Amino acid sequence: MKFIETLVNGLSMGSTYAMIALGYTMVYGIAKMLNFAHGDIIMVGGYMLFVILSMTGNPFLGLLAAVVFCVILGVCIEKVAYKPLRGASPLAVLITAIGVSYLLQSTAQIIFGTAPKMVNVADLGSISLGEINVPVYTLVTLACSMVIMTALTLFVKYTRTGRAMIAVSEDKGAAQLMGINVNKIIMITFAIGSALAAFAGLFMLMKSPSLTNTLGAMPGIKAFTAAVIGGIGSIPGAMLGGLLMGVVEAISLTVPAIAPYTDAIEFLILIIILLVRPTGILGKKRREKV
Amino acid sequence: MSLLEVRNLSVFYGVIQALKDICFKVEEGEIVTLIGANGAGKTTTMQSVIGLIPKQSGSVIYNGNDISKTSCHKIVHLGMSQVPEGRRIFQELTVYENLVMGAYSIKKNAGFKEDVERIYTRFPRLAERRNQVAGTLSGGEQQMLAMGRALMSRPKLLMLDEPSMGLSPLLVDQVFEIIKDINRDGTTILLVEQNAGKSLAISDRAYVLETGSIVKTGTGAELAASDDVKKAYLGG
Repeated sequence: MKFIETLVNGLSMGSTYAMIALGYTMVYGIAKMLNFAHGDIIMVGGYMLFVILSMTGNPFLGLLAAVVFCVILGVCIEKVAYKPLRGASPLAVLITAIGVSYLLQSTAQIIFGTAPKMVNVADLGSISLGEINVPVYTLVTLACSMVIMTALTLFVKYTRTGRAMIAVSEDKGAAQLMGINVNKIIMITFAIGSALAAFAGLFMLMKSPSLTNTLGAMPGIKAFTAAVIGGIGSIPGAMLGGLLMGVVEAISLTVPAIAPYTDAIEFLILIIILLVRPTGILGKKRREKV
Repeated sequence: MSLLEVRNLSVFYGVIQALKDICFKVEEGEIVTLIGANGAGKTTTMQSVIGLIPKQSGSVIYNGNDISKTSCHKIVHLGMSQVPEGRRIFQELTVYENLVMGAYSIKKNAGFKEDVERIYTRFPRLAERRNQVAGTLSGGEQQMLAMGRALMSRPKLLMLDEPSMGLSPLLVDQVFEIIKDINRDGTTILLVEQNAGKSLAISDRAYVLETGSIVKTGTGAELAASDDVKKAYLGG
């Protein structure tokens, strides 16, 4: 019974990682860049949620504000910081992303200070079924992320814009020849990634209410790891990698002997998987045909 | 008025000048070919005309619009389409999905189904393989798909960059037949080819490109009969 509780907890954590990993993987797939400021969007969303929650007390309004603000912020960051570097060396783009990350963290620190803010989203309690006892927030997280990820998968596969995203990720030049506005597609990708990050912020604060300016740092790195494990650029890969990370983390945390090494274990899995499959679990090896 | 008029187009890659003030025209209904050796600037010409790479100077007038500064995706919306060198089909999408991408520039596409059927009639192999992932097609089938995809946007001007490259002789003949067919159905063609013999045979007019400059022009038949062209491009 304990195992099912751990599994639910792990899947819940994992779906939060998956939501963040999707932002990394979609931006990588489409703009071919690693947006290391992505984790900090979660933190910004968290503060937005905090501000609106303390003003209105309404978590739905808080979430809405967080999503809207993160989308606008994500799109602006892309326009101001990354778009001028299109075609520049990947290293320049990477350094810029790290710079944006510090900018966001420092700005949050200037505005909100260093002391953690307590964000009590909603007291959902826990639910019991026989001997199984799980907190309700884990089920909410799991359900919300499944709905969002299914919607995203359908969006990419069946809408005009979604298909254009696939085309851009495969061949930017050929996509332009189809009449696709690549800049617009990149902008939409950043918007979607940032919205998912805002949701992830909410899920994290439901789990643990303490909010600081580094809220997104560690989950950002773990979600990035999850994206690489799943195969960076692959949407199902990010989902799978995220869930895998979450479950491994939850299991590891219940075993006293290895619990302190949980982070190390997660990164060890990355190393092992990359040794066996350098492109990640669902990453494709590109075949060239002449 | 010409359908496409290129005036004094120059393109640089860094400090290297790939195109030097080239001028050429394509009239509505024609098949026009640019022939030239490797590195003469044929692909550069195609890519800069459609806006994939920037033009340093000169102008491109298409269907009465000055498109010298227009970005590629907007030019495509104006009815210009290109089969790029190396085909560049979307390998992870199916044949059908590639055709869907080809029609991206047409919003509210009422004639989409008919267009797809027309492509399948023209290229029966694509119909057989409509649900197959495009990366698994043979080279010839990929070329057919690239052409079909380019036709899905109902172009007025279809540009083909080395459509015969890497194909077996039998398929090469088939590709040139199809190009003639497409032209007969009312699409203007701008063709870039290393296979000078075959392309001159189907061309109304042609230009010879040498190290970034146009050195000769004439009808397809005139150039095919010219001693210089024979020596340089037709193997004697």
